[in-house]
Amino acid sequence: MSEGEYTADEIMSIVAARQLHDGQVCFVGIGLPSEAANLARLSHAPDVVLIYESGTIGARPEVLPLSIGDGELAERADLVVGVPEIFSYWLQAGRVDIGFLSAAQIDRYGNLNSTVIGSYESPAVRLPGAGGAPEVATSAGEVIMMLRQSKRTFVDSVDFMSSVGFGRDGSGRDGHPGKGPTVVITDLGVLEPDPATHELTLVATHPGIEVSEVLDSTGWDLAVADHMTVTEEPTEAELTLLRELKAKTASAHAAI
Amino acid sequence: MAEITTLSSAVEGLVRDGSSVAMEGFTHLIPFAAGHEVIRQGRRDLTVIRMTPDVIYDQLIGAGCVSKLVFSWGGNPGVGSLHRLRDAIEHDHPSPLEIEEHTHAGMAARYTAGASGLPFGVLRGYVGTDLRKHTTVAPILSPFDGEELTAVEALNPDVAIIHAQQADRRGNVGLWGITGVQREVALASKSVIVTVEEVVDELDLRGPNPAVLPTWTVDAVAPVPRGCHPSYAMGYSKRDNSFYTRWDDISRDRALFARWIEIFVTGAPDFTTYLSAVDDGSVTTVADV
Repeated sequence: MSEGEYTADEIMSIVAARQLHDGQVCFVGIGLPSEAANLARLSHAPDVVLIYESGTIGARPEVLPLSIGDGELAERADLVVGVPEIFSYWLQAGRVDIGFLSAAQIDRYGNLNSTVIGSYESPAVRLPGAGGAPEVATSAGEVIMMLRQSKRTFVDSVDFMSSVGFGRDGSGRDGHPGKGPTVVITDLGVLEPDPATHELTLVATHPGIEVSEVLDSTGWDLAVADHMTVTEEPTEAELTLLRELKAKTASAHAAI
Repeated sequence: MAEITTLSSAVEGLVRDGSSVAMEGFTHLIPFAAGHEVIRQGRRDLTVIRMTPDVIYDQLIGAGCVSKLVFSWGGNPGVGSLHRLRDAIEHDHPSPLEIEEHTHAGMAARYTAGASGLPFGVLRGYVGTDLRKHTTVAPILSPFDGEELTAVEALNPDVAIIHAQQADRRGNVGLWGITGVQREVALASKSVIVTVEEVVDELDLRGPNPAVLPTWTVDAVAPVPRGCHPSYAMGYSKRDNSFYTRWDDISRDRALFARWIEIFVTGAPDFTTYLSAVDDGSVTTVADV
């Protein structure tokens, strides 16, 4: 890759990382969210507090964990607590500002499916399940979502409501304490719920991405904001940091 | 008082056909040697309970030991699917698998209720999800402010099996690091088996989040160094991430999986055969064996 070039995954991680700020307490899912959250911590937000459901609070992994409970997380954390405590004292009690989630499917109201494709009783594909996400989606102050955009992942209505965004009809949050999804970062652009209807609306595209490409990668008639913006190009510093982190991670996971 | 014994006699004495068994350990301290021993002893019709079934239950399910799974996240962490679990749910292979699915917060509340001797736990969860229609939970109103919450049934497994770093000679168990629901499952279950990295004169808890299970809360302690591989024991070993990655290939193919189980579990006298194969690399190159 020549200078200044980057992949769709790279800009997705970098734009997601930019959403986090110093002082925020962030409950991090494994995979894409963990990559973005740690990129934020290693760049502009050294004092963002990362919490993983394995009970690690203030985790500062040097390489990205493969699993949610890698030793890397416990060795470099402010404290480690048991799983009942992480979900009760810390998440449910309202100490988490931001939940950072991904899933297999998302729909127009920001509802997430990580349980099954097809019916629950006889699924075409049995996915791992929701794990900690449902309570993160309802109890975190707000939720940032991160998914690669395609017609398979961005569906009109999720096959299974694993974690609640704004509900099947967008009508609200059933009195959940958190605000729900505030932004969805994809490899093509940025979506935000409409303040009135809660329907996800395209508000920005990544550089070089046409709006038509985003519409073609969405399984519903995606609303487009009146004032669209283009996300800022990744800086060399952001790209270098992300690539170093991924290279360090790959070599750490290969060696044992 | 816990008896310090061998893993095979602990499993033989406490795990029966039809038992409900919870082998816990949240990524860390997963009792793989005990899982292998249950397969080796040919236990059948088990209800297995675990927040994250992980490779340990993929092995038990694929080996035909399980009739029901209670869980909250059934993937291969960071890698993808648990193929034996999926094959059982999607194709009834090797036999139909009943599932009872919860969220992590729900499972944690269930174990905590079980450990507390209460009939149920309470949390702010499940509301608005489809899972609520497919599992056993019940709405409950706070008697104090009327908030609608969710009640989840206590879990009291017949047997808890966990791995820990240490036990002393009297059978007090010490562990640290990511302790998951280890204490709760031990205190919630009717009997408790703990495999440990080592038996020491005096517990030496040298890491974050230390915990002790007193000997009188444990039935059997079995020393099995590296008994949690490919999971890890903080202070003793690293998680074998490459094994988890290679498990994807081994478990994807029914015949390959069956051969793997035969070579490293049912055809082996104990866990040392498997550990030797881990050390010489043959444990993940079974296709070439």
